[in-house]
Amino acid sequence: MRGLILRRIGIGLITVLAVSIIIFFGTKILPGDAAQIRLGQQATPENVAAFRERLGLDKPYWVQYLTWLGNFLRGDLGISLASDVPITNLIADRYKNTVIVSCLTALIGVPISLMLGIMAAMFPGSLYDRILTFISVTLVAAPEFFTATLLVLLFVFALDIGNAVVVGSTEGKGFFELISHFALPIATLSFVIASQLIRMSRAAVLNVMSSPYIEMAILKGVPRGRIIFRHALLNAIGPIVNVVALNLAYLVTGVIVVEVYFAYPGLATLIVQGVQSRDFVLIQGLGMIFCLTYVILMLIADIAAYASNPRLRHPK
Amino acid sequence: MSNETLTPGGAHPDMLGGMTDPEKTGHFVAPYDEGVSFDELPDSAPKERFRLSLTGWIGAIIVVFWLLVAVFGPFIAPWGENDLPFPDDYSEFQSPRAGAWLGTDVEDRDILSRIVFGAGRTIGIAFAATILAYVLGVVLGIGAAVSGPKVDMVMSRINDAFLSLPTIMLGLVVVAAVGSSIPVLICTAGLIYATVVFRLARALGMEIMVMDFVEAAKARGEGRWWIITREIWPNAAMPLITDFGLRLIYVILFISSLSFLGLGVQPPQADWGSMVRENLGALQYGESVFPVLAPALSIATLTVAINLVVDDVSAQAGGRLSKRL
Repeated sequence: MRGLILRRIGIGLITVLAVSIIIFFGTKILPGDAAQIRLGQQATPENVAAFRERLGLDKPYWVQYLTWLGNFLRGDLGISLASDVPITNLIADRYKNTVIVSCLTALIGVPISLMLGIMAAMFPGSLYDRILTFISVTLVAAPEFFTATLLVLLFVFALDIGNAVVVGSTEGKGFFELISHFALPIATLSFVIASQLIRMSRAAVLNVMSSPYIEMAILKGVPRGRIIFRHALLNAIGPIVNVVALNLAYLVTGVIVVEVYFAYPGLATLIVQGVQSRDFVLIQGLGMIFCLTYVILMLIADIAAYASNPRLRHPK
Repeated sequence: MSNETLTPGGAHPDMLGGMTDPEKTGHFVAPYDEGVSFDELPDSAPKERFRLSLTGWIGAIIVVFWLLVAVFGPFIAPWGENDLPFPDDYSEFQSPRAGAWLGTDVEDRDILSRIVFGAGRTIGIAFAATILAYVLGVVLGIGAAVSGPKVDMVMSRINDAFLSLPTIMLGLVVVAAVGSSIPVLICTAGLIYATVVFRLARALGMEIMVMDFVEAAKARGEGRWWIITREIWPNAAMPLITDFGLRLIYVILFISSLSFLGLGVQPPQADWGSMVRENLGALQYGESVFPVLAPALSIATLTVAINLVVDDVSAQAGGRLSKRL
């Protein structure tokens, strides 16, 4: 068991290395020269050459890569090409904003979806189950900005609550003001992960419910609620943790679209700006942060799956 | 018709039509003879008749509708992609009125016409990208399955590295590197989703490679090419084709998201994702809902409709696919 987890973590580390190579060399193959971009078109060739030396761009690629990776591990993300400011300064505020929205989404969205999913599994085939399944099948295939538009229509246009656009920073605002600002982005993200979570948690519980020991409990006359919470749920926890981690990983993708939609000052809007202004240093740093989060969540999902299912630990 | 049973000869009872009608022939003919004995096994498995459920039908109708719009739309669109329906009255986000049935967008262009032109572009790009993903994924995946453990190891590990990245991040890096154009979009989406197809095709190929009939073919001394085309492909084709619809949904969502971020199809070309972005101001400043709702709803109806059809098909194929989404 421990060996397997260590092996999985090892694979995770290799993945991270591979990811860093893809991101670094992916942004290196482009035309355009970082020094030229920084100094602008008017710079003399001598200036550019001197600057290249200062940035270390004259060294071979693999040296540049190792320097970059070393700096990244020490928390130095380099200096933005577009605005001449250290990336860490650019990120500082926005990092907090993205973390707030993601955590609140996880705190609100995950328990509600799990509850809905488990309830659907308690009454499979009922009207409630069918409606819920239909809604989640629909939402799972719809783009994030469609869900966001529906929510804006409902809350901002029809009910006149909340804001369609999130402006400015979080500082100096009262609690209720903050709620009206964050409500819609969080609600959208919650819907996005809920559509997956409901289906998957329902499937996880139903899967356990079809095993012989549950049949035994039913035949014995154990009440339904007790079967679910005492017998089924404990065995479904592993798959459910797996499902939750997987969906939080999807959140990494979802948050990019939702932040742009609501003009939310988070990391995702920053990286999109970086791509538009071709600020490669920014893309490298933020790309690594997003991918790392994703890889770590996937890792947790896998370990949860191993931990909960002894059969996976001893593959045939 | 409530039963799906077929007569031993392969003819569907329905196909006998009036001949078997008891009122016309005067005697009752059972749909199939219970006393029939098989002298030999039927030469092929009875073909299941494929039927869609109600939601499947709704989905299929919507998909066909969008396909028709994509193909014939540009000929019947009321205005051109970048025409101004009301050149004298230049104000953005006009409400729906005669001549612009869905209103006008941020640059006073007709939204309905742009949706129609965007349909062709969005669906065309997604379709081309999915085909590319399939060609690459299937060739490499089945290639990996038949070419021994070492090659398979290397290919699978490289594939896993790409699979462990969020798709949109890969898209962002590529667009930052080479800029955005329609060919770049098709290749990017095609390459990214080829990784998923690769995994599926490889798994299917592996599964089939250990079957007895492949062993038999090998023992007969058949070549590798013969085994791929005659043994593996026919058995892997059906699951791969049913998966195509699912992949198409993801590619449409991926391309629309990139366009929505301003990194996909570039203005002034109309595309559903970029239309949402262009007109976001209408919603943020509370001016009008149609400029954002119309393209967002178009994408949602298309992807949800494909999903309904795929769900139906996979439910009949044993429900394996519906679990995967």
